[in-house]
Amino acid sequence: MARAVSTPRKIANTAVGWTIGLLIFFPILWIAVLSFKSEGDAIRAPLEVLSSAWTFESYGLVQSRSDYFGHFWNSVIISLGSTVLGLLVAVPAAWAMAFVPGRRTKDVLLWMLSTKMLPPVGVLLPIYLICQQLGLLDTRVALVVVMMMVNLPIIVWMLYTYFREIPADILEAARMDGAGLREEVLFVLLPMAVPGIASTMLLNIILAWNEAFWTLNLTAADAAPLTAFIASYSSPEGLFYAKLSAASLMAIAPILIMGWFSQKQLVRGLTFGAVK
Amino acid sequence: MATKASRIAARAMISPSVLLLLGWMAIPLGMTIYFSLLRYNLLMPGPKPFVGLENYAFFMTNPAFTEALLNTLLLVGGVLVITIIGGILLALLLDLPLWGQGVVRIMVIAPFFVMPTVSALVWKNMFLNPVNGLFGYAARALGLEPFDFLADAPLASLIGIVSWQWLPFATLILLTAMQSLDREQLEAAEMDGANALQRFIHITLPHLARPMTVVVLIQTIFLLSIFAEIFVTTSGGPGNASTNLTYLIYKESLLSFDVGAGSAGGVIAVILANIVAIFLMRMIGRNLDR
Repeated sequence: MARAVSTPRKIANTAVGWTIGLLIFFPILWIAVLSFKSEGDAIRAPLEVLSSAWTFESYGLVQSRSDYFGHFWNSVIISLGSTVLGLLVAVPAAWAMAFVPGRRTKDVLLWMLSTKMLPPVGVLLPIYLICQQLGLLDTRVALVVVMMMVNLPIIVWMLYTYFREIPADILEAARMDGAGLREEVLFVLLPMAVPGIASTMLLNIILAWNEAFWTLNLTAADAAPLTAFIASYSSPEGLFYAKLSAASLMAIAPILIMGWFSQKQLVRGLTFGAVK
Repeated sequence: MATKASRIAARAMISPSVLLLLGWMAIPLGMTIYFSLLRYNLLMPGPKPFVGLENYAFFMTNPAFTEALLNTLLLVGGVLVITIIGGILLALLLDLPLWGQGVVRIMVIAPFFVMPTVSALVWKNMFLNPVNGLFGYAARALGLEPFDFLADAPLASLIGIVSWQWLPFATLILLTAMQSLDREQLEAAEMDGANALQRFIHITLPHLARPMTVVVLIQTIFLLSIFAEIFVTTSGGPGNASTNLTYLIYKESLLSFDVGAGSAGGVIAVILANIVAIFLMRMIGRNLDR
């Protein structure tokens, strides 16, 4: 890494890197621009779009015409609720598997992973019919539960890979000093586990926020989170580019910011520890 | 080490997760298999007679099935090729010393965090639309006839959109792997007179073999289930030109309300996904032993 690089080389690298980076990022940049234009201006030729007047009106329209924040709130409840529920179930399991591994621990872990490999469409009808029977179609409860189950294997796995890195000797030492299970967890394990739990939480909120198979199939209007709400722009009436842009930008902004903080965890979480 | 009491405690701590996942997997999957053996349509109330494998025969002899299977393979294969090659190139680029590396990396990774419905609709309207899309404007500026991407090349357009979403994932993983590469080895090879291409082929590429396999397997699992992008752009059309297996099953299930045929399709999708999953599980299992 310490290798010296000539300045012209570095300038060339920088030029290529920024060009490609901007090209990949361009669609996001472009909706940011369109979201601050009027509907009439948003469909004009690109250069005319840039020189037209800037306005906030689309943001107001998105809210007044379709209760944007209602859907935003649904997204918050569903992603946060499913993640917290999942953590409550998964933390003890991952803790036990990391610190009291048995003969079958590996099998259990792999089996949990295998449930994640199940294509959702394979269980679409039963889940749909069960929700229908229970009167849970288009409710946030159904989505919180489904989303928790969908992400539970990833939560257990991520926590497990983090917990496994906590040296077991520390627990031994605490036990020698007379710490009971409760003290062990509260004062020794928890402080060391918090970063791992936080990372797991972050990644799973992102995954649940962006999940679009179950949200599209199990919601209609009331419980629709942003993924499903944005989908309503697939059959729009009239001009809608500026409104679509404003709604989209607001829907992805929180997750973009969280995502940038979780690059490393993303690799670990989505490869189930196979790449670190 | 572990006492009997702690083993029992451990079991008690693991069992809620296991029971929940068991319920989540076994009950619906059992129901799907059961439904797939019945003549069961939500629009036709009355008895649901047992028909054996009739639904499977019906689903698999439907010409749309062959088309959907082919589309699924093309979609998965196309996106894999683009993201792996693009991911390696981008990872090589981001690994070079350049000013503002952090910002460039953030820009490259950003598409992964865009929800599927947003990215599909933004591409559909702001870029691919022949009248108001940027590609249409570009074509007219060059004096060309604008191309109606989603009508005339729906599957290729979807491959493009999905690749944009997954390129960051491949890049991020390959970059992470590349940064764990021993630099001294590269420098030694350079001193021995190996040029950049030789160093890449003989040192970097073999080092990336494993992460590349991981990317292929994990992406395949997700790409087999592509749904939202199709739902908001082409609805599987024109005809069945952009219908993949997931979307075909959805149409059969929730648009035609044919529970029997939809379930038979679901079982087929599960079997196909399992073929990929077995390889992935083996790899991750081997990793656990280390």
